[in-house]
Amino acid sequence: MKNEWPLWEVFIRGQHGLAHRHVGSLHAPDAEMAVKNARDVYTRRNEGVSIWVVRAGDITASSPGEKEPLFEPSNSKIYRHPTFYDIPDDVGRM
Amino acid sequence: MKAAAKIDMALFELALRMGDNDIVLAQRISAWCGHAPILEEDIALANVALDLIGQTKLWLDLAGEIEGAGRSADDLAFLRDARAYKNALLVERPNGDFAYTLMRQFLFDAWHLPMLRALKSSSEQRVADIAEKAEKEARYHLERTEDLIIRLGDGTQESHSRMQAALDDLYPFAGEFVAPDAIDDELASRKIAPALSEIGALYFDYLETALAEATLKAPVDAPVRKGGRKGLHSEELGYLLAEMQFLQRAYPGAKW
Repeated sequence: MKNEWPLWEVFIRGQHGLAHRHVGSLHAPDAEMAVKNARDVYTRRNEGVSIWVVRAGDITASSPGEKEPLFEPSNSKIYRHPTFYDIPDDVGRM
Repeated sequence: MKAAAKIDMALFELALRMGDNDIVLAQRISAWCGHAPILEEDIALANVALDLIGQTKLWLDLAGEIEGAGRSADDLAFLRDARAYKNALLVERPNGDFAYTLMRQFLFDAWHLPMLRALKSSSEQRVADIAEKAEKEARYHLERTEDLIIRLGDGTQESHSRMQAALDDLYPFAGEFVAPDAIDDELASRKIAPALSEIGALYFDYLETALAEATLKAPVDAPVRKGGRKGLHSEELGYLLAEMQFLQRAYPGAKW
């Protein structure tokens, strides 16, 4: 397994104005080839206008064991949700 | 009996040569589907094959239209014998190992792109339209094969020696794409296609730069192996067509 190419996580922006979304991962020898492979593996059906790749090893993730201190405190703070306001139609996508 | 309208043979030949390169190479690389070294390459090669099949359809439809005998792109693809195929010999070379397949693709793409670019300004609108569409695909194909050639040529000792062996074997076939005959001269004088000497200069300049970056050496004074564009093929094309055409030959007119 040592000789395997590194793993890359692939993010694709589906339309202008939207954020890049994680779509999956793939193997590639370097960043440039990872973008090309992502084009061939994940945008065959016209899914995207932009591709990001990042080495999977460079992602720092939260640990599932930290769930309580990280996320639970916000459960009880409903006033942080912007549901008490009416968003005018002209604002569009937020 | 009504005299048959005169067929524009030079234009007909151009459409066949362009279309036959595409379909023969597409058939070759399709054979990797499910067998490429890694999933990403497998999908990428299949994508390229599909692009080339799409281009084949455009070129062979045009050939049928020029001929005016009612032959469709399918008829021309599946019911023509090897001697009537006008692809260059390079594209019918067998797949070999992955290095060989990639080098063949690279030598093709490196010619295909400048050729299509030039055909975009063809005096024949139907040719210019096909080139306009195909050029975008060819641009990506070359970007991709160039990246791979450089990475594998300038990679490990193993990858380098395989790429060099493939280049030694395939390089003599490159020259046929840009070796003009009377048909090419006529097409150039009518501004339907570029002078192949111009494409040849671009092609070999580009190859020199890219191969140097890949630390690969093109053989010096290699003879030019040609004949395919006149219908004189290597034995391998017969096997390729036998497989590709089997269904229509065995069950004429079969559809699904």
